[in-house]
Amino acid sequence: MSRAEPLEAVRTPSPLWTFGLLRSELLTTFRRWRTLALLGVLAAVPVLVGIAVRIETDDGGSLGGGGGGGGAGPAFISQISNNGLFLVFTALAATLPFFLPMAVGVVAGDAVAGEASAGTLRYLLVAPAGRTRLLLTKYATVIAFCLAATLVVAVSALAVGALLFPVGDLTTISGTRITYAEGLGRALLIALVVAASLVGVAALGLFVSTLTGSGIAAMATTVGLLITVQILDQIPQLDALQPYFFSHYWLSFADLMREPVYWDDLVRNLGLQALYAAVFGSAAWARFTAKDITA
Amino acid sequence: MAPYEADDNKTAGEGEDLRASRRRRAARYVVPVTVMGVAAATIGLVPALADSGDPDLPEITAQQLIEKIAESDVQQLSGTVRISTDLGLPDLGGLESGLLSGGPAAGDEDAGSSADPSAKLTELVSGTHTLRVAADGPDRQKLSLLEDAAEYSLIHDGKDVWGYDSRSNEVYHATASEGADQPAKEVPATPKDLTDQALKAVDDTTSVTVDGTAQVAGRDAYRLVIKPKQSGSTVGAISVAVDAKTGMPLKFTLTPASGGAAVVDAGFTQVSFAKPAASTFDFTPPEGAKVTEADETAAKGPERGQKSEQDLAKELDGLKVIGEGWNSVATFDTGDRGGLPTASAGGDLGGFLGSFGDQVKGDFGSGTVFKTRLVNALITQDGELYVGAVTEDALVKAADAAK
Repeated sequence: MSRAEPLEAVRTPSPLWTFGLLRSELLTTFRRWRTLALLGVLAAVPVLVGIAVRIETDDGGSLGGGGGGGGAGPAFISQISNNGLFLVFTALAATLPFFLPMAVGVVAGDAVAGEASAGTLRYLLVAPAGRTRLLLTKYATVIAFCLAATLVVAVSALAVGALLFPVGDLTTISGTRITYAEGLGRALLIALVVAASLVGVAALGLFVSTLTGSGIAAMATTVGLLITVQILDQIPQLDALQPYFFSHYWLSFADLMREPVYWDDLVRNLGLQALYAAVFGSAAWARFTAKDITA
Repeated sequence: MAPYEADDNKTAGEGEDLRASRRRRAARYVVPVTVMGVAAATIGLVPALADSGDPDLPEITAQQLIEKIAESDVQQLSGTVRISTDLGLPDLGGLESGLLSGGPAAGDEDAGSSADPSAKLTELVSGTHTLRVAADGPDRQKLSLLEDAAEYSLIHDGKDVWGYDSRSNEVYHATASEGADQPAKEVPATPKDLTDQALKAVDDTTSVTVDGTAQVAGRDAYRLVIKPKQSGSTVGAISVAVDAKTGMPLKFTLTPASGGAAVVDAGFTQVSFAKPAASTFDFTPPEGAKVTEADETAAKGPERGQKSEQDLAKELDGLKVIGEGWNSVATFDTGDRGGLPTASAGGDLGGFLGSFGDQVKGDFGSGTVFKTRLVNALITQDGELYVGAVTEDALVKAADAAK
């Protein structure tokens, strides 16, 4: 899949060459129809949420304003009709538990196993990149997809929110006021935290991807693991284990909307993602660099 | 790391090389295992290492320490409090919080606002919660209850008291002169509130000692231990960590006599005595929020509220307290002969309630004991109710003595 390389690069791969490899990986990933379809689905979620809230509150009423009804629905949904910026937070809260990690699982699971099943992996290895470098490039591509997917949701939500609802200064969940500009800053920070929350799933998917030669099997296993962990995270008897599940602190991004920001769970989340990335990243390396490539 | 290593060895095909390459392959898995081991060790060891032992502080007597608490005049602080309560009530899940938050917010929607502090703060009675407190003098305080992706804030700023529930985007407003000036105090939430309650109970029947020092939220503190002298109380000990500099209680732990986890454990996880930002106490209801005024709620439910209060007052006429100190038992006649309908006498509901209690017999006759980890209650066949933070035996003794 990689481009034909100039001869002089064969002997000593330069750092520039790594970027070339990364660029070609990024292009192949983001040019795929499958990737574009995944991003399209993600972009549609805020549109659907926005239109639903708009229809619901068209009579001037506010959603969830009726006492006990406020507990239902994703986080922040009751504030959307008052400030469009909240649609960004609601959309991320709605997509983070399933849509986003599923999309990441598909891309990560396909990263190595897809090449293997298409029979292109050995050609990639003929290029003088080295297996470690190839794996790092693959992982970087998956992380770039995490970021792209999150930003697609956030930008789509921002646009829909600005179109359908009023925008302006907003109230944090602690009850203090912040300006719209600061709100945008926090929205960007939240998007980055959400993207970072997916780093663990990405590493897990990449590891699964090195185990098998079938792209579909790797994707299915990754998404299956994701669902299993999400279910286990709901079982109260397992509360001793739950802090080690990669999805346990995902919704802590909402703590960025407190004033002052409550960092404890955010830090735990990022630390946990780094741990998953280190463990499964190195496991993927151990597997991939010693694997017999037959396809 | 080189891409061709494995392949070369394979094609070489010699047994020795093959074995060496297998060993090399297995060796690679040492890396993820090491990473996992280091992580596990870090998770296990860092708290142990961070616990740098109890700080050295000058000796102090219990009396001096109690005076220090009384003199403590902390006007400005901000911090995070973690409070866990385990009364040993049966876990009823959502039903429990529905019952507890009870009041106007349960049931019908018109009756009140979910931002009503009395409804909201009762949630603290069970489970583990994280609170944030901030104070700047007597006129400006803020108490926030951190929930998943939402927060309930109670802000006292001058003559205004605001309650804001971000989940439902509802606001509760009261003016301080209307008798709602300290709604935060209705439910003791901070270690200081709890300590004040506990120190009220200190009398001859109590032993108060200073039990070394501790470190709470990064601050040096004395540990004050309050213990009932008599036996028969379900309260094992109350331990309060008092900040050595300011005399403010930083951590409050109530352990039951029966052992096990603390019934109430409230402590600062982070505290600062600097002046909080002024914007902390500013509150304007956000656009579109439903604002409920305190007097509106009062006007809405007058019959129900007043009637039940009158009834309660009437009933409390019959309230007597037997015993003294920690072993005091409250008793009154429910007037309901036959007592609590038991499984044999009261049909389905009776059986249901009876199944939570134990049947006991004594000189007083027979009755049903309902137990939690802290408070026990005995309802006799004659309709007498005995309640106290005492053991089942002490309740039966109190009932016997009352006969």
